[in-house]
Amino acid sequence: METSKITGDRIREFLEKGKRFDDRKPEEFRDIEIELGVSKKAEGSARVRIGKTEVIVGVKMDVMEPYPDSADKGNLIVSAELTPMSSERFESGPPKFPAVEIGRLTDRAIRESKFIQMEKLCIKKGEKVWAVYIDIYSLNDDGNLVDAAGIGAIAALKSAKMPKYNEETGRVIYGELTDKKIPLSKDIPIVITAYKIGNFWLVDPTTEEEDISEARVTVGATPEGIISSIQKGNSRELDIEDFENMIDMTEKVRKKVFSTIEKSLD
Amino acid sequence: MTPKVFKRPDGRKPEETRPMTAKVGVIPNADGSAMFSFGDTVAIAAVYGPKKMHPQHSQNPEKGTLRCNYNMLSFSVSERARPGPNRRSMEISKVTEWALEPVLMIDKYPNMVVDVHINILQANASTRCAGINAAALALAHAGIPMKEMVSSVSIGKLDKNLVVDLIKEEEDFEEGEGATDIPITLTTGGKITHIQLDGKINSKELKEVLKLARKANKEVYEVQKKALKESIKF
Repeated sequence: METSKITGDRIREFLEKGKRFDDRKPEEFRDIEIELGVSKKAEGSARVRIGKTEVIVGVKMDVMEPYPDSADKGNLIVSAELTPMSSERFESGPPKFPAVEIGRLTDRAIRESKFIQMEKLCIKKGEKVWAVYIDIYSLNDDGNLVDAAGIGAIAALKSAKMPKYNEETGRVIYGELTDKKIPLSKDIPIVITAYKIGNFWLVDPTTEEEDISEARVTVGATPEGIISSIQKGNSRELDIEDFENMIDMTEKVRKKVFSTIEKSLD
Repeated sequence: MTPKVFKRPDGRKPEETRPMTAKVGVIPNADGSAMFSFGDTVAIAAVYGPKKMHPQHSQNPEKGTLRCNYNMLSFSVSERARPGPNRRSMEISKVTEWALEPVLMIDKYPNMVVDVHINILQANASTRCAGINAAALALAHAGIPMKEMVSSVSIGKLDKNLVVDLIKEEEDFEEGEGATDIPITLTTGGKITHIQLDGKINSKELKEVLKLARKANKEVYEVQKKALKESIKF
């Protein structure tokens, strides 16, 4: 069901007083819970809850030919599916744009931050490299699936163990994991999306807040403030100064989010 | 010590765009059309509509719908591109809609749709920016009421140097901090309708990027304005 106008008006009235329906401040996240190793068959997996929003993310690995423009680097393939079970708004069938976008935003935050050390995933230059598949599924949508997907992808990657590889056959031996982790760097990209409603920016919206927001900006960056990806969404123009203030705001939020999830990632 | 001026592969100054050309009215069948190029990057856009939205259940009684379709021709890049839509083109189509919609008075056309078809004939980076510039021109040419123009340009950070209007060779730059690509679309009044970023940058540098974008966008706007004026015959 779409959010009604009367609910939207009420959300705006609340924001004028700096308030939200669930008593949060505009720049405050809901509680984040991370559960690791939720799928035994996956090389790494995580279930992330942000309030009532929930996603499950799995990492699988395979050995394949590298792409021609990165002959000595591993491959990263990220996909997202908005499952019909997670909201009455989602239908089965080939992925529509919202799912494609979540996959691509997660992909770019991870790829551009160089979080995965792709050069260490090369087995034989130009012939065989490791491929890392990150697959994201929504389990329950109550807004902000994008940020949940980003956290889930990081958590799943950090928890993953490389599978065994048979050099003679050139194939992966599934079901037998090594103790080796996926080579990761210290630059952990955390995706934070800011949503504009009227004159206000807020983060981690519920579905109702998400519905009435007029613009959003997704920013992937490390807690240290190195930005690796940005994408503006929706049709409302933004003042340059307002945009800059929003970037500063997401930096603060990111530090806070990271400090609350840091422990659950190890 | 004066800072060393960064050498770009094609010899341009850091704040220099490639030669830009724009032409309005390139597809006779369309209600509006235009070509826009940054050097070797060539985009054409054609507008069909406003027309009745079909199927009927897709109609919006409150306002019209803008539908953009960005497509790269298979021979527009070095290694042949697989024809047809992919995840990248889906995303670019959507951000193009978002980039254009704020200036479009589409609320005047309830239950209608405006189709914008963008084809990249030749690609040397910044294709989405060229596409948006061509699309904005085509919409104006089609006579869809607009509050102002939008102009798009890519800003790059190569290692620590900011440059305007990236080419492919610069996108693939790997020295130092590598390449950061930031396509930005601004309204004539200087508001952001589209921004994307891939790479590594801090918020201080990002502010410099926005300043540079504002300057470069004005140049793009002048080219667009000139093309529109030329299309009117007295």
